[in-house]
Amino acid sequence: MTADQVKRAADAIAAEGTLVAPKVPTGLRRVPGGVDALATEHLVVNMGPQHPSTHGVLHILLELDGEEIIAAEASLGYLHRGIEKLAEHRRYHQIGTLLDRADYVSGFHTEWAYSMAVERLAEIEVPARAEWIRALMSELNRIASHLLWLGTFGMDTGAMGPFLYIMRDREALLDIFETVSGARMMFNYVRPGGVVMDFPLQAEPLIRAFLDTWDGYLDEYHDLLTGNEIFRPRVKGIGVIPRSTAVAFGMTGACLRGSGLPWDLRKTRPYGPYAELDFEVPLGTTGDNWDRYMVRMEEMRWAARLARQLLDGLPEGDFTAKVPKVLRPPAGEVYAAVESPRGELGVHILSDGSDVPYRLRLRSPALFNLSVVDEVLPGSLIADAVVTVGSLDIVLGEIDR
Amino acid sequence: MALDRLTGENSVLFVRSEQLFDTARRNSLWYLLFGIACCAIEMMHAGGPRFDFDRFGIFHRGTPRQSDVMIVAGTVNKKMAHTVKRLYEQMPNPKWVIAMGACASTGGPFRMYPNVVLGVDQVVPVDVYVPGCPPRPEALQYGFMQLQEKIRSTSEERLAARRDRA
Repeated sequence: MTADQVKRAADAIAAEGTLVAPKVPTGLRRVPGGVDALATEHLVVNMGPQHPSTHGVLHILLELDGEEIIAAEASLGYLHRGIEKLAEHRRYHQIGTLLDRADYVSGFHTEWAYSMAVERLAEIEVPARAEWIRALMSELNRIASHLLWLGTFGMDTGAMGPFLYIMRDREALLDIFETVSGARMMFNYVRPGGVVMDFPLQAEPLIRAFLDTWDGYLDEYHDLLTGNEIFRPRVKGIGVIPRSTAVAFGMTGACLRGSGLPWDLRKTRPYGPYAELDFEVPLGTTGDNWDRYMVRMEEMRWAARLARQLLDGLPEGDFTAKVPKVLRPPAGEVYAAVESPRGELGVHILSDGSDVPYRLRLRSPALFNLSVVDEVLPGSLIADAVVTVGSLDIVLGEIDR
Repeated sequence: MALDRLTGENSVLFVRSEQLFDTARRNSLWYLLFGIACCAIEMMHAGGPRFDFDRFGIFHRGTPRQSDVMIVAGTVNKKMAHTVKRLYEQMPNPKWVIAMGACASTGGPFRMYPNVVLGVDQVVPVDVYVPGCPPRPEALQYGFMQLQEKIRSTSEERLAARRDRA
């Protein structure tokens, strides 16, 4: 992003003004003329924690007037399992296991953010090959995560078909992850200092075979959903998040870029090999569900192009730095963040010089993205609430931690 | 079950009604679409095209009223335990529970944390435990086969006990 673009975005936010109050209708009665028998009452509906469209155990309290949402409040904590607290009792090499289970759809990103934080704290120099392997796996993981979002988003809008198609591609990606790291989901592959084992030879043909078919498959998804006459009215102009609201709530990732702010940590604060790579950041304009959908679809295309660049340019060398078995970083504080499929995923570590962190905190992007539902859902219809929540791409494991 | 393969064409099969019902039940185990945590992703993969549980008659339902099996796929904490129990109570009889993964079986990697229930069997009765963190879809498939075997053997045991009494 150029300085000019930053300035234009800042001006646009200033022009939109500050945060507006929630749109709560003032008159409660639908029937004019004081016909008390026909007056409507508000109904409070619990959406979740068991609901096929809440993507986990999210619980949203919806206050309804007929089909219209008057107020919405997300209730969290159904998956709180103390990952941050447990990390205070694990050594630095053992924490990756826990953090994998925080954002279980994009494990490579969480591991990378954590490893980056530890490396900055302990001043470990990471070999270039390790950084490139990390970026390669992260980009493939971004496709896998967005694919899962696409399938569930299709289901939210009433399309069962895409879910079956994305599972085909996800299986191909999980095969790659299994070849490289040994696990389908909980990789624990990126460790402080590098990666745990070298990039295997048999993974390269698998990745190339996937990338060769990928563009055709992505066009197939566009055929399935993008041009669909049932799908388009469900997402166009629904769930509009203005840029000022997105910034005020601290939203990041595709949700923020859907609102038109070009903020991507891979471009704005390049880490790893991203400064040397050639890619673009897709942007939306209005910030409705359609824009978030299109941004993610385009991100998948760019992620595949990035993966090809990374695979072609994979440097030779060591895959990990020399790291002591028991890591005792010096006392201090560090924050490191990566651009995960959901946004800025940061790890904040406070060290007292011992072999365990004094405090570890996760900056969970999905939590900030979800917090906007209190503001965005009121005024929309209950059927649109499902689509809007689906377009935020939340992972409850990372929100509740 | 292809009945005509057993009986030949235009012939008669004598069977106890409950045996017939149990055969139907174990070949149409509809599970409650209810993912809690990481294991839910593998559960979704199990329903996907590669593993295709639909070919065993194992299909997901969105509501507990239409489900036979509850797959507890993920960590259950104390806030969630009430919901799990309530969902189990809403399911019609006969019903079964599969504890998928280490967390649902014992609390898994989070068992040190006081908020986490040490296995979902403290909340609802569990029929099959599937180990793994998370279990692969193949493991869940094996768990379902064990459950089918359990349904078959319990109906046979019941019939045998009745024969002994007679």
